Amino acid sequence: MAGFLARRLLNYLVLVAVAASLAYMLAASALDPRSNYADRTPKPPPAVVDAQLTELNLNDRTPLLQRYATWAGGVVQGDFGRTVTGSPVNEDLKRRMGVTFRLVLLGLICGSLLGVVVGAAAAVKQYGWFDRLSTGLSFLVLAMPVVVLANVLILLGTLANERLGHRLFLVSGEYSDGLDTGFWGSVGDRLRHLILPTISLSLGLIAIFSRYQRNTMLDVLGADFVRTAMAKGLSRSQALIHHALRTALIPVATYFAFTFGALLTGATFTEKIFGWHGLGEQLINSIFTNDVNTVAAIACIAAIAVLCASLAADLLHAALDPRVRAG
Amino acid sequence: MTLLTAHRAPSRLRVVAWRFFQSAQGRIGFAVLVLLFLLAFAGPGFSLWSYTDKDFTAFLSPPSAEHWFGTLQTGADVYAVTLRGMRKSLIVGLLAALVSTALAAVVGAFAGYFPGWPDRVLTWGTDLLLVLPAFLVLAVMSPLFGAGQWVLFVIMLALFLWMVTSKIVRGMTISLKQREFIQAARFMGVSPVRIIFRHIIPNLSSLLIVDATLNVSAAILTETSLSYFGFGIQPPDVSFGTLIADGSRTAIYAPWTFWFVAGLLVITVLAVNLIGDALRDAFDPASQRPR
Amino acid sequence: MTPVLEVTDLNVSFGDVLAVRGVGYSVRQGEVLGIVGESGSGKSVTSAAVMGLLPPGAKVTGSVRLHGRELIGARQRELTAFRGKTMSMVFQDPLSALTPVYRVGDQIAEAVRIHQKVTKEQAAVKAVELLDLVGIPNPAERALAFPHEFSGGMRQRAVIAMAIANDPDVIICDEPTTALDVTIQAQVLEVLKKAQRETGAAIVMITHDLGVVAGFADRVLVMYAGRPVEVGDVDDIYYGPRMPYTVGLLSSIPRVDRDGRQPLVPIEGAPPSPAALPPGCPFAPRCPMRVDACDAAEPPLFDVGPAHRAACIRWEEVRPRAAARHAVPVHLGELRPRQDRQVVLEVDGLVKQYPLLRGSVFKRRVGTVHAVAGVSFDVREGETLGLVGESGCGKTTTLMEILELTEPQEGRIVVLGHDTARLGGTDRMAIRRDMQVVFQDPLASLDPRMTVYDILAEPLRAHGRGNPGMRVAELLDLVGLDASHAARYPQEFSGGQRQRIGIARALALEPRLLALDEPVSALDVSIQAGVINLLDALKTELGLSYLFVAHDLAVVRYIADRVAVMYLGRIAEIGQVDAVYGAPAHPYTQALLSAIPLPDPVRERSRRRILLEGDLPSPADPPSGCRFRTRCPKFRAALTDDERALCVTVEPSVRLLDRDQGAACHYAEKLKVT
Repeated sequence: MAGFLARRLLNYLVLVAVAASLAYMLAASALDPRSNYADRTPKPPPAVVDAQLTELNLNDRTPLLQRYATWAGGVVQGDFGRTVTGSPVNEDLKRRMGVTFRLVLLGLICGSLLGVVVGAAAAVKQYGWFDRLSTGLSFLVLAMPVVVLANVLILLGTLANERLGHRLFLVSGEYSDGLDTGFWGSVGDRLRHLILPTISLSLGLIAIFSRYQRNTMLDVLGADFVRTAMAKGLSRSQALIHHALRTALIPVATYFAFTFGALLTGATFTEKIFGWHGLGEQLINSIFTNDVNTVAAIACIAAIAVLCASLAADLLHAALDPRVRAG
Repeated sequence: MTLLTAHRAPSRLRVVAWRFFQSAQGRIGFAVLVLLFLLAFAGPGFSLWSYTDKDFTAFLSPPSAEHWFGTLQTGADVYAVTLRGMRKSLIVGLLAALVSTALAAVVGAFAGYFPGWPDRVLTWGTDLLLVLPAFLVLAVMSPLFGAGQWVLFVIMLALFLWMVTSKIVRGMTISLKQREFIQAARFMGVSPVRIIFRHIIPNLSSLLIVDATLNVSAAILTETSLSYFGFGIQPPDVSFGTLIADGSRTAIYAPWTFWFVAGLLVITVLAVNLIGDALRDAFDPASQRPR
Repeated sequence: MTPVLEVTDLNVSFGDVLAVRGVGYSVRQGEVLGIVGESGSGKSVTSAAVMGLLPPGAKVTGSVRLHGRELIGARQRELTAFRGKTMSMVFQDPLSALTPVYRVGDQIAEAVRIHQKVTKEQAAVKAVELLDLVGIPNPAERALAFPHEFSGGMRQRAVIAMAIANDPDVIICDEPTTALDVTIQAQVLEVLKKAQRETGAAIVMITHDLGVVAGFADRVLVMYAGRPVEVGDVDDIYYGPRMPYTVGLLSSIPRVDRDGRQPLVPIEGAPPSPAALPPGCPFAPRCPMRVDACDAAEPPLFDVGPAHRAACIRWEEVRPRAAARHAVPVHLGELRPRQDRQVVLEVDGLVKQYPLLRGSVFKRRVGTVHAVAGVSFDVREGETLGLVGESGCGKTTTLMEILELTEPQEGRIVVLGHDTARLGGTDRMAIRRDMQVVFQDPLASLDPRMTVYDILAEPLRAHGRGNPGMRVAELLDLVGLDASHAARYPQEFSGGQRQRIGIARALALEPRLLALDEPVSALDVSIQAGVINLLDALKTELGLSYLFVAHDLAVVRYIADRVAVMYLGRIAEIGQVDAVYGAPAHPYTQALLSAIPLPDPVRERSRRRILLEGDLPSPADPPSGCRFRTRCPKFRAALTDDERALCVTVEPSVRLLDRDQGAACHYAEKLKVT
């Protein structure tokens, strides 16, 4: 068991290392930090630019492999280098990680739980009104990219605020600056900022999970063990909740790993559009500012996150399914 | 049951097509998609404005007889640019889906059929691409997509769409390989490559066709998101994404700049998804039996 | 005495399709009613309707009275109060009848707690008692196990424990032993008998196996096309059937207790689809006694004797076996003596092991499965060797190893004179042409995406024969199908026809050796007989040799010349069919033969069964010495301690007892058991 786990973690480590290296090489060769200095007034002399770029390990006149070696040397010691403005990448990202983590976790919990509930409810009465409604809505949601969904939510939120006459939904940032309404006031403020981004992130997940849960549940509904449960004297709804739902959760748990990558991308867009200062926003900004080191660091974090999610999905699978756990 | 003359195989395609058009979903999805294609390719001919024209007498004007969908801040006709963007998005989506599904089928089937090192190598490559953040790679490479290099963009897009399907194909190939008709072919002396292309991939065709359909929508959605942030289709070309990005800035006081294009995008993807779902039912042999 | 359960005029329809039409029966306390029918006869739908467990789309009319209370149209709450308490059910497939994610003990305790006001602890104690009652060793420990940790037989015991948890008055058993091996079937039937003694319940036993019912039921109801066609006391049905269908069914069963190759009489055609019933008697299109009047109206159940009713207008003329009018396959004169014939397949000391992996998340090797551990036999030209054994005995692995045509891990395989260890690519292709295979599941072995034409043409194309059109038509004719069938897909055929396509494909390249992997076990009896006869005829006609793998000893007795009985990766007994069946020498063969139920109520009641204890040991950890000793009745009862020592330490190899009969037992002794 331990040996297997070690092998698997080693494999993950190699994957992360290769993925991060590829991302670094790609970013270092495609992005052009030198252009950042081009439209500065007054234009700095080339020698100064060179010196600064070299200082940041971003000089494109240094061979790529040499830059990579410097970067990798730092990463091995836990240092992702510095941003184009010269501040350490680590500190910036540490702060942002918390923001993204909160958003993703909340979206994930809301999305998967609600999705499972909606899907199970739809499956219990197949072709009933709830099934049709939820199917129709999930089709609609799945046809909407996050960028459209987020913008639609902002428009609707603004509209609702106008109708209500007070600002219920706040659409920019994580909290209002300079607010002084005490503890509860600031909690309320944060909540009001949280509603729309969470919806934007979790609606898609609800749609995906509900479709998936509905299908696995329908597969299980006709299963022999549900019939056995009813033959014991359980009512249909008891049998469904206690036996069918529990078993249908197993394939859904494995599905979780597949959706995680999409979730991260969705979080990126949501952060950027709602003005949350998280990793996703920084990723988009850093591409625009040719910030090679930040891009590589975020790629590394994303790779680790995806692998953690896949491990978590496997553990969840094992926790739900004794057939896997055994042995 | 129709009796057909011997030595002539009835077309399976016809059976699936018939079943597909029996379902309301399939009919609606197909009709809508055909209409959208007509609109995208023939629609611009009906308008006086082309997507490069600018009406300097009407900036940000609401829909009118002159400008059916209104105009943008630059004076461009929304109808014309939307159709232009739709054309690009549809082409990009279709091509990317085709490429990615083909890749998924071949890689997955070979990995599943040949255990040992081919499987390990292919699976590792698949995992690597799953771990690499697709959005980031595509965004970083975006400067390369400018100046008419959208074919490269399509290929890169496809490169990040196939992995999950490929894993499913691999799993199904492994179980299919145990199935008796594959074993029968093997013991008959049919070569492995021939078994893959003649038995395995055709038997996964329902999955693959449905997947290809859903990949069309996935590709369109990804393209939209990338272009929204300026990482996809580069100016002067337009696509759904670039238009939505422009429109969302003016949406509050000029709704027509946002809603027409967003609406068409949603309708396009919805139609494609409906087709995919109806195809899945049409292919499913389980629903072939009368209920 | 009033009946406990009374069903009258029960009809079940799904949409426009009537699946069950006018079923009526009643059972009294302690009585066993057998309901017999082939797949699609509506027997399982009937039982689900009685329990009220049909899917929502089904429409049920008629009357089901339990202790006089009407269940059809009763409220859900009333039904759930009955279910599992007064009336309980045992299902066919024990693999899927238990919820995989809960412990077995908890699932039984749940059944207790639904109907009895007891604490969790009391219910758990009761669950352990019940597991003990149904014969599960170490019940307290096994109660904590999950269903996947139980073998098929143990799961079925657990399901029975659940069914008797609340001391029911009626137990409905829906094919309770179909998914089990014969020796396990014998055990489970014993458990059911015990359960009936303990609870005094009435049992409704639904099965397709006329043997199971013969020894177990008091009365029998035969169903065909959704309708009862004959009902009566078990002896009347078996010895004096009055419905041609019952007669046909009885004479199409291959019997393990009959030698001399009495030909089977298949029932022609296939059962009608419930959506398209013929006018008049539904059996008329297949009936050898059909007259025009049969098509006029569906015959009612006539009273043909005391408590004996049959739905046939000509019941007075029906006699047992009277239905036999089909051509009997002729056996050509005996071939040259065995030793003069060429060896087409020789297997010598074959070993196949594979790693035992555990866990899908943390996969790792925990041991080695010794699937085949030194098997030797040969097949000579023109003969059939039957390779029989229960699941897990290694018979299919052996077959696959032969078909792979590669060097085995240990031992030697010689096919048509070529040692597989020294085969080049071209030689292998040539042998593939001469050795073909027919698989068990006719649907799974035909590519559903290809037409019959393409399926039959595939081997021809693979071996470079151009223009297969003529040959395809020839092949279809050979197996008794119409040339126009070539354009259809396998799904459009019935099970028997599909298997004929599979056989036609195997014959496409004019092979000399056919490997048959359970070719008839997925088919209904009445259709099975036709396929067996076809195989037999083809063998004589084309001079084929068969390696026939099966779990059904009766089928093997009918078709094989020699038989090899396998147990846990080794051959227990091998020899000429009549010798082995007539007087088996290995204790395992004896137990196996005695476990097979005969469709003969009187013999079945008087027979002494050799019951084997426990389950098959894991092939990853076989017992030392003789692999059978842990279950061997002889080892347990007849041997002295000194004699036993030999069994524990030395693995017996096949020892010749007679001219052509050998057994791998230190104390082999011939014994007549059937």
